[in-house]
Amino acid sequence: MPETNKKVLILSVNDEDKDIVFRPADTLLGVLRGKLGLTGAKPGCLNGDCGACTVLVDGIPMKSCIMLAIEAEGHKVTTIEGLINTKTQASFIKHFAFQCGYCTPGFIMVCHSLAEKQPHADKAVIKEWMQSNICRCTSYQEIEEAVASILAEE
Amino acid sequence: MIPVDFDYYKPESIEEAARLHEQLDRQKMLPLYYSGGTEIITLLRLDLIQTKAVIDIKAIHECREHILGEDYLVLGSSLTLTQIEERNAFPLLTSVSKEIADHTARNKITLGGNICGEIFYREAVLPLLLTDSLFVIGGPQGVKILPAHEAFQQTMQLGRGEFLIQTLTRKDFLGMPYMSVKIRQQWETGYPLVTIAALKAKGEIRAAFSGLCSFPFRSKRMEDELNRKDGTLDVRMDRALRHIPAPVLNDIEGSAEYRLFVLKNTLTDILTVWEVEQNA
Amino acid sequence: MNIIGKSVIRKEAPDKVTGKARYTDDFSSAGIYHARLVTSPFAHALIKSIDTREAEKVSGVRAILTGEGLPLTGEEITDRPPLAQGKVRHHGEAVCLVVAEKLDKAALAASLIKVDYEPLSAVNSPSQAYQAGAPLVHEHVEHYKRGQNVYPEPGTNIAHKTKIRKGDLSRGIGESAVFVEGRYSFGPSDHAAIETRSCTAEIRADGDVLITSSSQAPFMIKKLIGSYFDIEAGKIIVKTPLVGGAYGGKASVQWEFLAFIASRAVGGKRVKLRYMREEDILTAPCHIGLDATIRLGCTSEGILKSAEILYLFDGGAYADKSPDLCRAGAVDCTGPYHIEHIWCDSYCLYTNHPYPAPFRGFAHSEVLFAFERTMDLLAKKLGMDPLELRFKNAILPGHTTPTQVLVNKSNVGDVRGCIQRLKDIMEEEWEPNAGHDPRKVRAAGIACVWKNSTIDTNASSGVILTFNPDGSVNLMSGVVEIGTGTKTILAQMLAEKLRLPVEMIHVKMTVDTQTTPEHWKTVASRGTLMGGRAVMAAAEDAIRQIKEIASCALRVREEDLDIDSGRVFVKAEPEIGLSFKEVVYGYTYPNGNAIGGQIIGRGSYILRNMTNIDKETGAGRPGPEWAVGAQAVQVEFDTRDCTYRILKAISVVDIGRVLNERAARGQVMGAMSMGLSFAGRETFYFDEMGRVLNFQLRTYRPIRYGEQPKYVVEFVNTPHVEAPFGARGAGEHGLLGMPAALANALSIAAGVEMIHLPLIPELIWRTLQEGKR
Ligand SMILES: Cc1cc2nc3c(=O)[nH]c(=O)nc-3n(C[C@H](O)[C@H](O)[C@H](O)COP(=O)(O)OP(=O)(O)OC[C@H]3O[C@@H](n4cnc5c(N)ncnc54)[C@H](O)[C@@H]3O)c2cc1C
Ligand code: FES
Ligand code: FES
Repeated sequence: MPETNKKVLILSVNDEDKDIVFRPADTLLGVLRGKLGLTGAKPGCLNGDCGACTVLVDGIPMKSCIMLAIEAEGHKVTTIEGLINTKTQASFIKHFAFQCGYCTPGFIMVCHSLAEKQPHADKAVIKEWMQSNICRCTSYQEIEEAVASILAEE
Repeated sequence: MIPVDFDYYKPESIEEAARLHEQLDRQKMLPLYYSGGTEIITLLRLDLIQTKAVIDIKAIHECREHILGEDYLVLGSSLTLTQIEERNAFPLLTSVSKEIADHTARNKITLGGNICGEIFYREAVLPLLLTDSLFVIGGPQGVKILPAHEAFQQTMQLGRGEFLIQTLTRKDFLGMPYMSVKIRQQWETGYPLVTIAALKAKGEIRAAFSGLCSFPFRSKRMEDELNRKDGTLDVRMDRALRHIPAPVLNDIEGSAEYRLFVLKNTLTDILTVWEVEQNA
Repeated sequence: MNIIGKSVIRKEAPDKVTGKARYTDDFSSAGIYHARLVTSPFAHALIKSIDTREAEKVSGVRAILTGEGLPLTGEEITDRPPLAQGKVRHHGEAVCLVVAEKLDKAALAASLIKVDYEPLSAVNSPSQAYQAGAPLVHEHVEHYKRGQNVYPEPGTNIAHKTKIRKGDLSRGIGESAVFVEGRYSFGPSDHAAIETRSCTAEIRADGDVLITSSSQAPFMIKKLIGSYFDIEAGKIIVKTPLVGGAYGGKASVQWEFLAFIASRAVGGKRVKLRYMREEDILTAPCHIGLDATIRLGCTSEGILKSAEILYLFDGGAYADKSPDLCRAGAVDCTGPYHIEHIWCDSYCLYTNHPYPAPFRGFAHSEVLFAFERTMDLLAKKLGMDPLELRFKNAILPGHTTPTQVLVNKSNVGDVRGCIQRLKDIMEEEWEPNAGHDPRKVRAAGIACVWKNSTIDTNASSGVILTFNPDGSVNLMSGVVEIGTGTKTILAQMLAEKLRLPVEMIHVKMTVDTQTTPEHWKTVASRGTLMGGRAVMAAAEDAIRQIKEIASCALRVREEDLDIDSGRVFVKAEPEIGLSFKEVVYGYTYPNGNAIGGQIIGRGSYILRNMTNIDKETGAGRPGPEWAVGAQAVQVEFDTRDCTYRILKAISVVDIGRVLNERAARGQVMGAMSMGLSFAGRETFYFDEMGRVLNFQLRTYRPIRYGEQPKYVVEFVNTPHVEAPFGARGAGEHGLLGMPAALANALSIAAGVEMIHLPLIPELIWRTLQEGKR
């Protein structure tokens, strides 16, 4: 049977199960922002290029603009709203790793996932992960310091 | 944000997928196999492709296989590029893959999607071409296995309703010396100006290219020229470049002349390293 | 108190790391309608017909708008219909606007609108536009309304021309012994803020217009919507929440007009318009391009005598702010040097390119690229160290600027101090050895910079302070928080002045033109000067009121009172006093009598003695002060491949007093990053029809993590006397010299003069090839 127009979907977002009426064509970003009011993930390009929309799916960073909401069914989605008092957040503040803040949720999600998955990541791995996002305000040196301080603590 | 609506199907077997495709095709639903979906979503948003139904192949067991067997490495077409990199059973593929898009995007981009996509770089195919891999293809007529160079000629040669299930790479190829280099217009991010993947198989050099022409390719004739024993490296290179199979791209990433310049330098570097090793 | 200079964490930081910070598109409401644009695929074409029939059939479509009947808009010249009328003049120009109940339906309908175009040949560069016989982008500029100081030339593509005539050029040439000439060019590029422009509009039953926009200029929106659509200013209320990056690109007003007419077309219902990235790049204003020719003459000792300059700015399809950019480029048409004889013609030309908005640095990084490259040509010809040449010619008190402003210790920073410091840092940081790779060479390039802000002569800023029952203060300023941290810096100033801990200052982050006092525009690094002066005035006003009430309550004279740490007390006997709590909501005597009431401090500031520049000579005082700096970039260049890495980038900036150390560094480094990205890889690629080929971030690629060099930033501190605590603007200067310094470094490394941007390896390779021919 086609899972056609306007269906109900159960999504696990930030450890809560949400019933959502959705179109199969809805992206995860669209549903998070438009249906769940979770506006922390940002639209920056809707093309997979900028990383502002990054969320975690089963702990792995995903650009939610190039993922359908229906693909997230059965997986655990974590948005920036689901991170509470993490080291990553504190470190970004401490190191002045943002200015306008628009790219910040995306960078924090990537960084948080990296710290969880590969606490001993070397510079090359850090770069590989962090290169997925664009920050137009900072020089990246601040972000580099923030990331380094989190990984160093491990 | 995708303006048009489509139906979403998630079959669990090859047969079901093929059947669905046939049926939807008959209903003029312009069905598309959906793997990572990154390209489908971005092209749909811009109204550059049409479909009324997508068939997600990620629940098909065979498409998710990732097995290092007795003779072959089996790579399901729905494996994401990062899954393949992390397992790292095929170091040349890992090395090429790591330069595609970016890490987060590769958590979503799949091997099959990259090879079957419209965006013409399809860099992940290069290692498969070099290793004479086999492509397992499913469709209304059942499952067939084709050598890479038949299955992939500029683009995937798929009949109506056919899809890539997995690729098989002979194990002895996995350990061969390899090199891959991606050169971009500037610094470390962006599409390739040229990507070169090279393999040394039993003393012979194999090389495949993306970004040079409007499709990725491996050219036997170019390889033959590179492998000739007569002539300096420079001469062999020039002879090889004469066999580039199509006009060299001339676009915003770079001009044709510059691409050739970069190609030549990069190939020289690769060959020099190997020949120095050989002579040492 | 010691709050000034401290690296106080920005007030909105916790919100920004938790996703709670809200930007324009993050606000929604049930039943909001959505608008979607149809834009032109051509750069120059006649619109033969527009067929909306299929689009109208889409369910939920409420209105489809075209350009007909809309008023012309544009800040300097009113030449731009909000939606194209009969003709499109740049790729991406807005042609139709669909309003629907749902965004997907609006987008679907937009894709079904068929527009029939007849393409025209396009004007593809300012040099082409300047040539006689070029196609005209606007047939009748003379019919347009325009600002006082804009001089379009009918029958040509000249939208504006600024002349600088200082001294006597022929005398300067006569006194010169050594000459160099350089020609430079680069195309338009983009701001690429990660937040795309977006706006919601609504018209209430009483006719009040409510706009929420991601803008640097909420007060300008109010003014312009009022004047174009004939609505009383008081009936227009503009709100600006946090802005996700702006860099000048959100100082132009454009998307707000569209949201407004969209709402108007559906009976005033709330409508949201968010630009897609593709529209943000093509439709919204971009970063200006420039063709430049510079001829410098100096004595055999290297003393600059003459500068002859031609700037042809790519004004794009519509004038908007580009005449102003062209003027700003002329005002500071040289580097920060003393040159007696200057002749400069700066043109703003219509082309069929997307039109420019201000871009961080407001035409300065652009002209400095040309000028500072020419300084290196001169140094080379003289056989002189480039730093020494600049040091020798640095502008000093007693000299005059190109617009003949007499320099004193306060109005221009210390150029020589910056150069000296740069030299020391370069020696410390310099790693000349490229290792064992014979293909690699290392080289450093430098540039000196300065910038004044040519802002409206009557620009003003206001601040209101209200007190809370706990003695804390609310600060309301019209400065928009675009990421620069200015609101936090204002809070620091206020805390310092009121001698309160900065935690006791609550900053209103959003701007609401109905309740927030006006701040002209959050541009030109003037937030700290103007907003800061207004804060100081408001604080004084509040202190006066506190003392007035306290003097009654304590029965002492106001002059005998002082304040500190939330108390007002008698100077001589500090233990006699009252806490702010007891005063700021009025003082209540033990018997119940009360005096005062909530204290409301107010302050405003208007720049003094600004003048328009003279049409014939350019003489005038266009801005309050020049901040200056000296910068260097070190590269490692691969002589075979023509590729390079940027190893280090150094900035020494005279920003007067540093108000917030880390924030200031962040501003300078961020600007440097943007400058290197612009210089190293960013440009629009046009086809011969004038269409932009790279309108997504996949192909328009800002610098990314890991591509950056090591940044070194140091400050020189020459106070600007008029500014609160002597601070100078800091938001832009990091960017200004980066293109020139990078180009200078690469010219040395590659041994060939680099005269275009962006400096991609292919350009270097090509330049070398041409040199060989
Ligand atoms: C930020 C970014 C940067 C990128 N940079 C690069 C780059 O540098 N180099 C590069 O090569 N690519 C690059 N890409 C493009 C990327 O390659 C494609 O988006 C991606 O490869 C598509 O993979 P997917 O799994 O998401 O495919 P999908 O979107 O699922 O499918 C793509 C196409 O292939 C078809 N298809 C998918 N799977 C199969 C199958 N098993 N059998 C038959 N047909 C199938 C689909 O029907 C569709 O037409 C980039 C993408 C992004 C988002
Ligand atoms: S919005 Fe998803 S990557 Fe830019
Ligand atoms: S902080 Fe503004 S884009 Fe990163």
